[in-house]
Amino acid sequence: MSQLARHATVALAIARKDALAELRGRHASGSTLFFAALVLLLFGFALGPDSRRLTDAAPGLLWLAIVFGGLLTVARLHQLEAEDGAFEQLALYPVDRRALFAGKALAASGAMLVLGGVLLPVVAILYALPIAAAWLALAVTVVLGAIGFAAVGTAYAALTVRMRAREVMLPLLMLPIVAPLLLAAVKATTAALTGDPFGELGSWLQLLAGFDVVMLVVGAGTYGFLLEE
Amino acid sequence: MRTRLLGIGGVLAVIGAAFFGLFVVPADLNQGDAQRIMYVHVASAWIAYMSFGVTALAGIAYLWLRDLRLDAVALAGAEVGVLFTAFTIWGGMMWGRPVWGVYWQWEDPRLTTTALLLALYLGYLLLRRLSEDPARRATRAAIVGLIAAVDIPIVHFSVIWWRGLHQGPTIGSPDKLLHPSAPLQFVAALLLMLGAFTLVWGYLMIRRYQLARIEWQIEEHGRVGRISAARRASLAAHTAPAGTSQAAPVQESTP
Repeated sequence: MSQLARHATVALAIARKDALAELRGRHASGSTLFFAALVLLLFGFALGPDSRRLTDAAPGLLWLAIVFGGLLTVARLHQLEAEDGAFEQLALYPVDRRALFAGKALAASGAMLVLGGVLLPVVAILYALPIAAAWLALAVTVVLGAIGFAAVGTAYAALTVRMRAREVMLPLLMLPIVAPLLLAAVKATTAALTGDPFGELGSWLQLLAGFDVVMLVVGAGTYGFLLEE
Repeated sequence: MRTRLLGIGGVLAVIGAAFFGLFVVPADLNQGDAQRIMYVHVASAWIAYMSFGVTALAGIAYLWLRDLRLDAVALAGAEVGVLFTAFTIWGGMMWGRPVWGVYWQWEDPRLTTTALLLALYLGYLLLRRLSEDPARRATRAAIVGLIAAVDIPIVHFSVIWWRGLHQGPTIGSPDKLLHPSAPLQFVAALLLMLGAFTLVWGYLMIRRYQLARIEWQIEEHGRVGRISAARRASLAAHTAPAGTSQAAPVQESTP
């Protein structure tokens, strides 16, 4: 078996383990989804009943809800490991650290995709967004956004999981880092929904993809240091 | 002593550069005296970027060599960088109020990038404060410093596109501030201030580095200052990079 295939097997096994733990225990996916949907509902109250304004603001609200829900999601994936002392076991596996990172990031991406997949229809209903017409562009945006957030989130959740004030530190560290992701995702979503009048959708998706690649590379390169600390 | 001279020289240089920028160089035709803020504003922005570059490089070097002295350099860079970033934003707002009419201009990519830069490195400093173990703290800080450093260019480009793709710039770019009628004097004032700030920066970096090393001594031994030869030997073993063989027995003997 080639090196790459071996790494992929390890990564898939870890992602599968996280998915199974979540499906069997349903620790928090339900409450995270509920929280994010609630954020969307409250944004409606915060911005008032003007439906035109809400529709204009909807892409930004959608991505803020994804970011807030995502913070809980990525934190939980590492807290589960740390609570049972499984993080040390993970570090002891005689496999490449980058494969471990890929596995955790894959699990986080999956969770983020579920989050985005649920919130998109919610925002469409609450704020009257025509998502069906632009489903492909929206799907690509959500996938790229999910991967980028998961890459940063996996690295930072591993970094903060053993800290005293991790509930505060994770958002404090992550929010400024994901600012370009938020910006690009909101712009891409807006462009997709409005039929891309300025032809800028491709540029924003490229920026998202570039963000994903950079953060995946940095995360994979530094994850080993975090496991060994 | 040499460090103190550097500090005194830096302060004198800043006073000299300020005198030059305030009284020798003429006021800008369009913006008047407000434009003189640019000499300190732009210079401190450059210094801030340099500091964060030092932090990122020292962090990477720490991950490589595991020498805590590199971590002290990274810390110095981040703290001094935050100071100059805050100063940059403050200067920018002082300039923006008379020239743009507002303190905060969302359409200026530099301002929004710098604000995020400040947030990134305030998080970095907070992370350091909340981690007790020196080696752990250094590793975490190095990774955060690295991720922040690769994020900055992405932030910058995204913010430029954010404005640029949508509509043309509505305000004059700060690059045009170097007025064509007296460009040399304006550039000279900026460069003088940059040089003076660099001296101050060097002084602050050295002092913060020294302070970080004194902090370790207090953390590990509860004391600073003159120590016996035997104590010095144990201290040297203590402050050696993590993972050396001498570290373990010495740690057991400390109270």
